[in-house]
Amino acid sequence: MENKGLTKVDIIFEKIDPKEVLIKAYKMTSAEIIQNMLDSGLKGRGGAGFPTGLKWKYTAAEKEPEKYIICNADEGEPGTFKDREILDRVSTKVHGGMAIAGKAIGAKKGIVYLRGEYRYLLPKLMIELASFHKMIKEIGFDFSIEYKMGSGAYICGEESALFESIEGKRGEPRNKPPYPTVSGVYNKPTSINNVETLVTAMMIINHGAKNFTQYGTKDSRGSKVFSVSGDTPTPGIFELELGMTVQQFVTEFGDGDTKAVQVGGASGFCVPRKKFAETIIGFEGVPTGGSMKLFNSSRSMYNVLHNYLDFFNEESCGQCTPCRVGCQQLLKGVEKVKKGEAKSTYLNELIKLADSMKIAAKCGLGQSVGNAFKSIVGNFREEIIY
Amino acid sequence: MYQVGNLVKELSDKHGRVRESLMPILQDIVQKHNYLTDEAMVEVARELDISAAEVYGTASFYTFLDTQVKGKYVIRVCKTITCSMKGKSEIIQTLEDMLKIKPGETTGDGQFSLIETNCIGWCHKAPAILINELPYTELTPEKVSEIIKDYMQK
Amino acid sequence: MINLLINDQKVSVKEGTTVLAAAKDLKINIPTLCNHDDLCVAGNCRVCVVEQKGARTLIASCATPVTEGMEIHTNTLKVRNARKHVVELLLSEHRADCTKCYKNQNCELQSLANEFAFGEHVFLDLVEDHNYTIDRSSPSFIKDDSKCIRCQRCVRTCSELQYISAISVANKGSHQKISSFHNRPMSHVVCTNCGQCVNRCPTGALVEKTYIDQVWDAIYDPDKHVVVQTAPAVRVALGEDLGYDPGERVTGKMVNALRQLGFNSVLDTDFSADLTIMEEGTELLVRLKKALVDGDKKISLPMFTSCSPGWIKFMEHKYPEFLPNLSTCKSPQQMFGALAKTYYAKKRNLDPSKIVSVSIMPCVAKKFEADRPEMRASGYKDVDYVLTTRELAVMIKQAGIDFRNLEDSNYDSIMGDSTGAAVIFGATGGVMEAALRTAYEIVTGREVPFGNLEITPVRGMEGVKEATIKIEGCVDAWKFLEGAELKVAIAHGLINANKIMKLTREGKAPYHFVEIMACPGGCIGGGGQPIPTNIKIREKRMKAIYAEDVHMVRRKSHENPDVIAIYNDFLEKPNSHKSHELLHTHYVERDNY
Repeated sequence: MENKGLTKVDIIFEKIDPKEVLIKAYKMTSAEIIQNMLDSGLKGRGGAGFPTGLKWKYTAAEKEPEKYIICNADEGEPGTFKDREILDRVSTKVHGGMAIAGKAIGAKKGIVYLRGEYRYLLPKLMIELASFHKMIKEIGFDFSIEYKMGSGAYICGEESALFESIEGKRGEPRNKPPYPTVSGVYNKPTSINNVETLVTAMMIINHGAKNFTQYGTKDSRGSKVFSVSGDTPTPGIFELELGMTVQQFVTEFGDGDTKAVQVGGASGFCVPRKKFAETIIGFEGVPTGGSMKLFNSSRSMYNVLHNYLDFFNEESCGQCTPCRVGCQQLLKGVEKVKKGEAKSTYLNELIKLADSMKIAAKCGLGQSVGNAFKSIVGNFREEIIY
Repeated sequence: MYQVGNLVKELSDKHGRVRESLMPILQDIVQKHNYLTDEAMVEVARELDISAAEVYGTASFYTFLDTQVKGKYVIRVCKTITCSMKGKSEIIQTLEDMLKIKPGETTGDGQFSLIETNCIGWCHKAPAILINELPYTELTPEKVSEIIKDYMQK
Repeated sequence: MINLLINDQKVSVKEGTTVLAAAKDLKINIPTLCNHDDLCVAGNCRVCVVEQKGARTLIASCATPVTEGMEIHTNTLKVRNARKHVVELLLSEHRADCTKCYKNQNCELQSLANEFAFGEHVFLDLVEDHNYTIDRSSPSFIKDDSKCIRCQRCVRTCSELQYISAISVANKGSHQKISSFHNRPMSHVVCTNCGQCVNRCPTGALVEKTYIDQVWDAIYDPDKHVVVQTAPAVRVALGEDLGYDPGERVTGKMVNALRQLGFNSVLDTDFSADLTIMEEGTELLVRLKKALVDGDKKISLPMFTSCSPGWIKFMEHKYPEFLPNLSTCKSPQQMFGALAKTYYAKKRNLDPSKIVSVSIMPCVAKKFEADRPEMRASGYKDVDYVLTTRELAVMIKQAGIDFRNLEDSNYDSIMGDSTGAAVIFGATGGVMEAALRTAYEIVTGREVPFGNLEITPVRGMEGVKEATIKIEGCVDAWKFLEGAELKVAIAHGLINANKIMKLTREGKAPYHFVEIMACPGGCIGGGGQPIPTNIKIREKRMKAIYAEDVHMVRRKSHENPDVIAIYNDFLEKPNSHKSHELLHTHYVERDNY
């Protein structure tokens, strides 16, 4: 396995002249922009990791004249806060990435769906958006962006739930297919990209795809922003090259007593100390939208698991059976085992349930609840029981 | 309990009267009054020509679109894992002591509501809270009590 | 055509077909729960998951369209385990007091449990964790959240078929529930009591409020004289709950069974349906005269029918400004009720206070209607108890009656005679057809110009139907209508009713007379009819209704001898003072939430 080690990079927040990059993009054809993305190997930075170039290519191929580019700024995964920081510091790059994507797929409208918890950013973003609109108009772009606010619902980060929310409905994920590239918001072809993905796309136009591919590994190209929290002396956000091991990460950020790292948030994977060295952070190992939580030996992994399950119990949209009821059963089940009211072997039944949830739930949330559950119970079984 | 008066009409003029106008309208009502009364929801349903049950169903999906009475200042304390590890309980305790309410309650004078909430995106500066829309981070019991005292003066 | 493999069998289906439907073509049964033929796809229960080769997860067969070369397996171990888990999870949230449940043995969840989750259950019981409410506030139905499995069929029914959305999905996560506006009692919201949700609820979460015991008590009370009336649509659907295929006419057996149950007199709502035609037809002609000849601007047109209590409540909530457009005629049930304790009592020399009036209806809104304060024209509650078709089937079973081997029997006299025009009230378009058969004849002295009296333009399952009847050769009294074109419309299902009301509100409805039934297909698809329901079943019931019409001796309301007799003996003439006292009513404006 490729191991790139831990290297700090400065691309996302790098100082550039956005106008210059946008002029460059404006002069490119849709196909050229998409080819750049395909060549770069960029995968979505929200966590799921769908190749951005393909997403744009599919959306561009749709005949429907009305299309949308959506910036998913519903950053709700516990332990992630990079998108807030990116929007706070370099919103013009986010907007710029949207304009470039718009050009690539043939969309004149962009929507930023910003989570309600970040509303305090809005006044500043509105000012920055106004000057952005002025700038792209000067360049010649026929493109505009509007902001839609969330109101406190984790599930709205799921793309189709986000569309529903924009349309004024409960944020309940849709059946797929159809996929967003065919029928997204307002049932129009839609490319929905994470905040960081859009910035990265703009930087790929700036530096070229080749420059991007020199970072990272075959499966995980480039660098990305990590949100580091938990038991660490240096919490915060860090842009790192992809392809390091968890061990290398812990050496840099740990407090010397790290026993587990939760990679990818509540819906991600728990990596225990004994697997630090063999686990690559990236799509070939543990994928992450950037959430990295460190736990030292003073922490009870039961409490961690309980906290996550409590989170899912509240944040499941509730429409499909495996997720709505499954989350309740997992939570109540581990409580019973902990209290000694159920046999420890009951955990095996819960693991089977988690397996069913992974394959039978309607959306990514319900499917991923099983990840955290299985990796925590699997690695810290004793802590759950005793 | 507030009276909606012309607010819903004005907001419908501003945001439109189609289904996608629903969220911005509800958000703006909450922005102004911190929660939705039944009267407000019925009024919104009338303006948008959708059923009141659907307005309620949609509002009740979103944590911030409260349909129970809320105070002038809504304090949301993050309870997700990092904040929980870094002293959320002490923050809650301090707030309970100062405001004499439990999470989920509103002070008798209608000034403060205390709510526990899921991750608000400040894990690196835990524990964190929101008061209305403003974040306060890296809190200690002392710090939070200073903040609340300021709000009490307002 | 799209080619795919299901369980290694080849199948070709049209593009857009779901995997579920493609499997059905191969006679492969995939269990479903949230899916319903009348409703849009939800894909939320996950009972119908199947394995698709190459897919990371299982797919919901009801929600996934077929693709070329797809390979599906419906019964792998993975599928079985997931399905079993799904059913067990649903059961863990569900108060499974099956032996006490009204839906026992007619419950889709129970059937699934029998197939997939019998024996010891793994999961913890979550019922006690939920603060479930049981809402008994409506006189028509009970909403028991502890039996709800959140399939959302009711929510989709209420919005897609009925436009009302009196209930919606509320909250999220473990608190998600089906709720009225801010959890208000169902009796205090915009709900029309149509019961379409009851027809589609797969469990006992939505059931009619039963009055079976009260009716038994009355039957066994020697002081009481219990009369029963049966609505037109009951006779073509009752059989379904007693082992017959849909579309079987069981009128004669039903009458016999009612007599065996112990009702003192078995009478027919069809009688009062004929009476309704006389009253409503006259009301229409009077309105037309006032509007067209006298130029009276206060006359409200179009006039809407008023037989369907769900429709009436819809108007009271949603379009109160058009209440004057509703015919003032009571529904046939209530006309019958008012006469049972006046005319019938007098004729039979009975003390009206000793009469218990029971109706058998394809409807649950009729229970609400009977409870309305306006419905006490006789000085008593005009209709004491309303039972659904389903409840009657239960009583027949309780009494141990061998229904299949019953002899046919005839209705008792006085308010038992009827015509084909009355029978067709049970299907959408029927009231219109019956009204036209009579009104046309009154005005022109001739039969309606349609072969065998079958006014085909007003028949069928189209959501909104329109027809124009040119009136020619009028008799002297109605000369003012000479050459006029009577424009009529018919809608069934409140979503279609709303289309007409929207037009009316915009001043774009060119009609004189509009028939509206709250339920899809009209009363044959009523909320009190046997479960399940779907378009095929409703079409079979409709066919049976029209067959019933053709087999009647008389097919025009004004020829009903019992109707002629009651005008001679009691009411004088249609829209008389007495008629207004007993057979007409008024409406009230209600809140729109």
